[in-house]
Amino acid sequence: MTRTQSRRRARERVATVLIAVPLTLGALACALPFVWMVANSVKTRSEAVSYPPHLLPSRWTFAAYAKLFTELDFSRYTLNTVALVAIGLVGLLLTAMAGYGFAKFPGRALGWGFFAVLLTMMIPAQVTMIPTYLVVNAAGLTNNLVGIALPTLVSAFGVFLFRQFMITIPDSLLEAARIDGASELRIFFAIALPVSRPILIVQGLLTVIASWNSFLWPLILSSSQRTYTLSVGLSLLNKQITTDPTVQMAGAALMTLPIIVLFFLAQRHIVAGFTMSGIK
Amino acid sequence: MLVAIFGLMPILVAAGVSFTDLDIGGLAHPETVRVVGAANYVQLAGDPEFWSAFALTAGYVVVGVPLITVLALAVATGLNRSDGRFYRLLRTLYFLPAVTALVAISVIWKYMFNGQFGLFNWLLDLVGLPAVNWLSDPGSAQIAVGLVAVWRAIGLNSIILLAALQGVPAEQLEAAALDGAGPVRRYLHVVLPQIRFALGFVVMTTLIGWLQFFDEPFVLTDGGPVGATTSLSLFLFKRGFRLNEFGYASAGSIVLLVTIAAVTLIQLRLRRAHD
Repeated sequence: MTRTQSRRRARERVATVLIAVPLTLGALACALPFVWMVANSVKTRSEAVSYPPHLLPSRWTFAAYAKLFTELDFSRYTLNTVALVAIGLVGLLLTAMAGYGFAKFPGRALGWGFFAVLLTMMIPAQVTMIPTYLVVNAAGLTNNLVGIALPTLVSAFGVFLFRQFMITIPDSLLEAARIDGASELRIFFAIALPVSRPILIVQGLLTVIASWNSFLWPLILSSSQRTYTLSVGLSLLNKQITTDPTVQMAGAALMTLPIIVLFFLAQRHIVAGFTMSGIK
Repeated sequence: MLVAIFGLMPILVAAGVSFTDLDIGGLAHPETVRVVGAANYVQLAGDPEFWSAFALTAGYVVVGVPLITVLALAVATGLNRSDGRFYRLLRTLYFLPAVTALVAISVIWKYMFNGQFGLFNWLLDLVGLPAVNWLSDPGSAQIAVGLVAVWRAIGLNSIILLAALQGVPAEQLEAAALDGAGPVRRYLHVVLPQIRFALGFVVMTTLIGWLQFFDEPFVLTDGGPVGATTSLSLFLFKRGFRLNEFGYASAGSIVLLVTIAAVTLIQLRLRRAHD
């Protein structure tokens, strides 16, 4: 390595460190609300509403978390939310099938179908909310977890991504399987799905995150405790902010931390998935 | 099929409903629903609440789109600098707001905005500024709601731009450097043109996002105080689901849909002309 080269390397390294300073400040600003949330969920009530506020609790207590499960019905909400996520994953499989269909069985009807799928991507949720409610209501699915999951079961964007990816699977591979006597369903599960693993991971993550977080729709559809999800339960707590912020922070943490952990583990796949999906 | 049922059909239903006086009573007794023609649209044109919601939404678009695009680009450019462990941690921190549940976000921010024991007033106090009634004063509520929206939007847009930046070939940058182009010129003439598509995507989705602005005012202020943060989508939601004026709200939805389609088309046209 020549001297100019090594000097340039050194200068680059200094620049990397210098850039890290404002970036870190920005990141801390982004993360501050979460730190605040966790810190206040383990404070005593009197400390949480005292002024001036302290970032760290002087005495740690998990009473707020206990309250969620004993005095409130958060175990049921959690179960409902997990069930919603499970239904969402079934939807993911249907999305993949639709993408496969559009990618590998082109025809005029399917061409128009795909155009229709793209069209739905542009429409705001608020436009479709009332009619969707009318449809779900007519099907008798209000106040029902299936009704809550159904409208977002298959996303147009997901179908689009799967199609873009599966179109690259060589036809000869599918032909060979067909000649060997494999059924269409078997071909899908044994060839198309494994090949699309990266996109499956990303879409799966997004599906889990979206079902876990979904709020407005469950709120509109559920009218009894039986079908409340975590988000709905938390929003009811939210109406009493001055009474006990520690319980609310504990509820928020319960909702947030699983997603944070999941996201931290999967972060690499998500960036990679975006690179692959062609949005660049 | 599902997409058709829950994506396309609602638009047609909404368009149809927008010409009727459908309400919650009409839902139970369809025979009482009357076709009122364009009356809903006429009423909409003369409704000051609709226009104030429209103006507010437009204001958020004008300020919010450039702000989010520039911030997300700055963050993505910085993050693209290194792939080290520390930078990966920073990435996660930036993306966190984007993947966190809206309800949890509203709980946390309401607490921080709280006038008595909130974090923000304490910070203002530290630098000697007077306390602000964040969510109960019309002007500051508009800022507060927008602030949370920007905070949430940076993460996702940075991921998209970061993915694009990582696709810029290193050879081209080296070649430009050999030709004597400084860092600024390299960025403007090599990097930016390469990520043009992603940048356009971000601008477009951010634009549509602000036009559909709903979540933050809904959970933080419910459109108040005195309607100061009632965006277009929130206005429609309230008329439809709180006042049960399905017909009237559907007419508004169609106006929103047409606006979004028009803005999208203009943008696509501009971009094609630009290329």
